[in-house]
Parts: sequence; C-alpha cells; structure tokens
Amino acid sequence: MTGLTITVMKLGLLAILWIFVLLALGVVRTDLFGAGGSRTGRSRASAKPTPPAAVVDRPSARPRRGAVPTHLVVTSGSLAGTSVALTGVQITLGRAHDSTIVLDDDFSSSRHARIYPDATGQWVVEDLGSTNGTYLDRTKINGPTPVPLGVPIRIGKTALELKK
Amino acid sequence: MSMAANPSAGEAYASPPAEPEIPKRRNAELMLLVVALVVGMFAYANVGFAMNNKLPGNFWTVGIGFAVVLLVAHLAVRWLAPYADPLILPLAAGINGLGLVLISRLDPYNIAHGLAPSSGAAKQQAIFSVLGVLVLIAVLFFLRDHKVLQRYAYISALVGLIMIALPAVLPASMSEVNGARSWVKFAGLSIQPAEFAKLLMVSFFAAYLHAKRDTLALASRKVLGIWIPRGRDMGPLIVSWAFAMLVLVRETDLGVSLMFFGAFVIMLYLATERASWLIFGVLMFIGGAVLVGLTFSHVQVRFESWLNPFGDVTNTSRQTAQSLYAFANGGLFGTGLGQGYPYLVGFANNADYIMDTVGEELGLVGLAALLIAYGLFVARGLKTALLVRDPYGKLFAAGLAVTFALQVFITAGGVMRVIPLTGLPMPFLAYGGSALLANWILAALLLRISDSARRPLPPALPLSAPPGFYDPHNPGNDGPNQAVRV
Repeated sequence: MTGLTITVMKLGLLAILWIFVLLALGVVRTDLFGAGGSRTGRSRASAKPTPPAAVVDRPSARPRRGAVPTHLVVTSGSLAGTSVALTGVQITLGRAHDSTIVLDDDFSSSRHARIYPDATGQWVVEDLGSTNGTYLDRTKINGPTPVPLGVPIRIGKTALELKK
Repeated sequence: MSMAANPSAGEAYASPPAEPEIPKRRNAELMLLVVALVVGMFAYANVGFAMNNKLPGNFWTVGIGFAVVLLVAHLAVRWLAPYADPLILPLAAGINGLGLVLISRLDPYNIAHGLAPSSGAAKQQAIFSVLGVLVLIAVLFFLRDHKVLQRYAYISALVGLIMIALPAVLPASMSEVNGARSWVKFAGLSIQPAEFAKLLMVSFFAAYLHAKRDTLALASRKVLGIWIPRGRDMGPLIVSWAFAMLVLVRETDLGVSLMFFGAFVIMLYLATERASWLIFGVLMFIGGAVLVGLTFSHVQVRFESWLNPFGDVTNTSRQTAQSLYAFANGGLFGTGLGQGYPYLVGFANNADYIMDTVGEELGLVGLAALLIAYGLFVARGLKTALLVRDPYGKLFAAGLAVTFALQVFITAGGVMRVIPLTGLPMPFLAYGGSALLANWILAALLLRISDSARRPLPPALPLSAPPGFYDPHNPGNDGPNQAVRV
C-alpha cells in the first residue's frame, strides 16, 4: 500500500465524516424550514381551500369567518411556548398525565377543561367541573363557550390562546 | 417546530380528522444510519491498510454484523417509537462505531503492554455495543410512556445515591482504578455505577423540581440586578453541593462530582428561570473545589498537572503532557488512522484519553466533526424537551441532554487542558461497558420522550362523554350531546 493511497484514504475518511455531520445538519434544517419549496407549496395548497369550504357550506357559521386557528399556544405559565396543532381532535387540559397538555399549575384540576371544535368548526372551550374554574379572558365560563382567536383562556397562572 | 408545519390543521373543520401528516422522518434516520455504518467501516478499512497493509481479516463479518444490528434497531424504532427524533439513533451509532475503530486501532499496543484483555478491548466493546442496542430496544419495548418513571422518583433517588456512594464506601481494593475510586469490582467484572446513577438522578431531579419549582422560584430581594432566592430555599442546593464535595473528597472524582452538581444546578435554572441559581451554583462549586484541592493531596496532584503539565513530565503530569503532544502532532488534518502515536499516553488511552487519538490521527478537522456530532445529539435532546407537552418530560429530556453535554465537556476539556483532568469516559466513544450501556439507555429514553413529543394527538374521542370524563352539563348522557361530526 503506497503512502499516496493511505493519504487518500485518510482524506476520504475525513470527507465521509463531514458528509455524515452535514447530512445530519440537513435533517435539522428540514425540521426547521420544511423540505424545500415543493413541500411547503403542497401544504399551503392543501390547507387553503378547506376553511372557505367549511364557511361556505355553513352560512350560519359564527361571525369570525376567515379567521381559522391552527394552533393552541400556551402564552404564559410554566409551559409557555408549548404549542399544539389543532387537528379537529379535542384537546384536554389538566394535571392528569393523559391530558393533551399536562398543566403544572397549582390552580388546575386533574381534568380541568377541554377544547374542541363544534359542528361548524368553531373551537369551543368547556370547563369539566374544575375547582377553580376556567376563564375566557376575564370572564368565568359556564358551559361550552366559543373561543375567538387570540383571546386568552386562563387556568390558574396558565394562559392559552388560539392562533392562526 | 415540526408540529407547526402540520398541513392538515385546516381540514379539521368539516371532515372527520384525517391521519395527521406529522412527518415521521424514519427514512431520514435509515439514510443516516447507512452513512454512519459507512463511516465506521471505512475507518476500519483505513486502519487495516495503514497498519497491516491489508483489509482487516474480519472486515466483512463485522460489517454485515453491525449492518444487521443497526437494521434491527431501526426496525424496532419504526415499530416502537415511530415519531421519535430521526437523529438520535444514527448519531449514537456513528460515534459508537468510530469509537470501536479507535479502540481496535489502539489494541495492538494495549495488548502488548497489558492494558487491554488479551482478546482485545475492541472485541469486548463490540459485544457491549450490540448489548447496548439490545438494551435500547428493550427500554423502548417495556417503557411505553416516560411519565411512568415520575412515579418512581424517590426510589430512583435512593438507588442513585447508593450507586454513587458505593465506591466511596467499599475498600479501595474493590473500587480504585488508577487513583480514582469510581468503580465497583467483583467477580472479575468492574462497573462504574455513576454511569447508571446519572440516569436515575436526572429522573429524580426532574420529578422533584417539577413539584417544587414554584417555591424555588420565589425571590426575596434584588441585589445588583439579580434576584436572591430565599435562604430557606437554598436547602436542596446545599445538600447536593455537600454530596458533590463528598464524592470529590472520597472518590477523588472531580468528573462525577461536577457532572451531578452541574446537572442539578442547570435543571434548577431550567425549572425556575432564575439565573441567580446558576451564579450561586458555579460560585459554590468553584469555591468548594478549590478548597478541596488545597486540602487533599490526591486532588492537588491533578490540579498541579493541569496548571503545569510540563513540570513533572516523567511522573505525575506525564499523561497530560502526552495528551497535549498528541493534539499538537495531529495538526489540521491529522496523521491518518494508524499512523500516529496516541497510544503513548499509556493507561486509559482508549477510555478517558480517547480524544487524543481523534485529535492526533483525524486532526482538528475530524475532531471538529466529532464534536459537532456530539453537539447535535445534545441539541436534539433539548429540542425534544421543548416539544414535549408534560413538565416532567420537559425537565427529564433537558436534564438528560445537559448531563450528556456536561460529560462531553468535562472529558474533552480534561484532555485538552481546559479544566483539570477527571475520570469520565467519553460518551459512546470510550472503552467501557457500563458507560456504553448507560448511554444507550439515555438514547432510548430520549427516543421515547421525543416519540411522545412528536406523536400526533390521540384519535378523536366521541365529543359527548369520553370515557373517564365527567360531563357536568349532562351527567346522565348516553349519546352525542354536543355535535356530531359529519
């Protein structure tokens, strides 16, 4: 084996090592920015037409037409920054371990509240008999209450908002 | 955030919830695993050609063997944790593979000088690598929800403390290896209990801080722009500091001591968001370490060879000096695998000092790639902590990532003379069965937590009264009362 071959192998190894690291970084990049143009285009295409359809189908839909929330974001409290995508599945809030968002708040009950879409697609918050109550902005809610975009749902020190 | 990119959110309105399109990224993982295997096998071939002028005799056996092991691990993740982070497994496998090659490259010298078993350290490490992957699969199989561990917080604390303290209590003949008493030796086996204890302690810290974070975040007054915590809340910090100092004095092990205390302080900061804990923690540790260093001669020796590595090159500071020579000899591109002299550092050249071999034979370029790989592993752990939705899981994942990062920093910093050298093995890279198994368990835990973090929400429960829910507005309900999905 000549010295040249060994040197080539040495540099080749460094190259492969860096390819490995760069590919790993590429996966991180995809996580952050999506898989390039085609993919984001597709997701936009699939996301856009549906909400208007929902509104057109049901003229009796609530007034906030066009304002379609896609995320439930925790805006204050120890879980601040956590965000859950709204997929038409109900979201449960509480201290119980099987809640969708496990609250870590002294004022919350184990099954505190749930947030779900009603037949028209309007997201509704409902208190589940909690001890300290659930507030929509500053008003304590009694029974299922529609949640407008950007209005905080308060449970103890935690606040959650629907965001676009 | 990957959940943010979920395109099906808008479709939720009229149609029944479609399968949410959260990417699983399993194919990215498979691709990276293949590259990781290629890195390891290419390095192995390189060692063979450089040292013996031929392909290693067992090249194809080893290659196919590890390919099968990695494929099994990948399929297990696909089955047991389909939404897990795609980088954790390939990074662990890649670093583990590179470590195996380095250990086998150092074996001829070590066998000749009685520093490795006569069958070779690489063979043992290979067995433990396979065991590690099997343990990873077992953890994924038996632990379906990381929140279960929260229930065993205080038991894990007790077991963890006993494991850390055990080497200090045992007689030196059963626990001492080259000056540091961090081992338990019996029946021909020697294990480093601290490696397993770190997982238990992090789980306990997470559960404890989750329960006490509100109290610990209380501040009494502001001095010089920082909030001073109340005196009575200093208890846990002081207890863990005292424990760290005890480990430092009794076990001569700055590494273990720094890793545990550091992990606790950083997790305390993560839980309370008060930077004053960090400041107090760092001051206390530096103060304590300096005090211990001045008082106890065995710690003093390490400090001395750190401050003055060329003072006693034939005796106490020989290894530190050799280690620095190795990095210098490596330069930018390294000497090439099998062509340097990293084995000259002697004892533990394939364990604590294994970064020397990377630095000398792969050079700064290779070392940087390796450190980025470690950094990515840590970053994915922290990312998991950001995504997961329960507070215990958040602290647990962050704690695991931080402990891993601290271990890398302490070890790499030690051989590069940034901090005094300590006795921690480089995660996944260094020779040592217990460390390797413990780190594979760590990887499994991160996979488990990241799977539950990225997994889509559970399938829709009927909107009326899901089982287990008490519906205050319709207690006797037996049918849909809210809305029926079309």
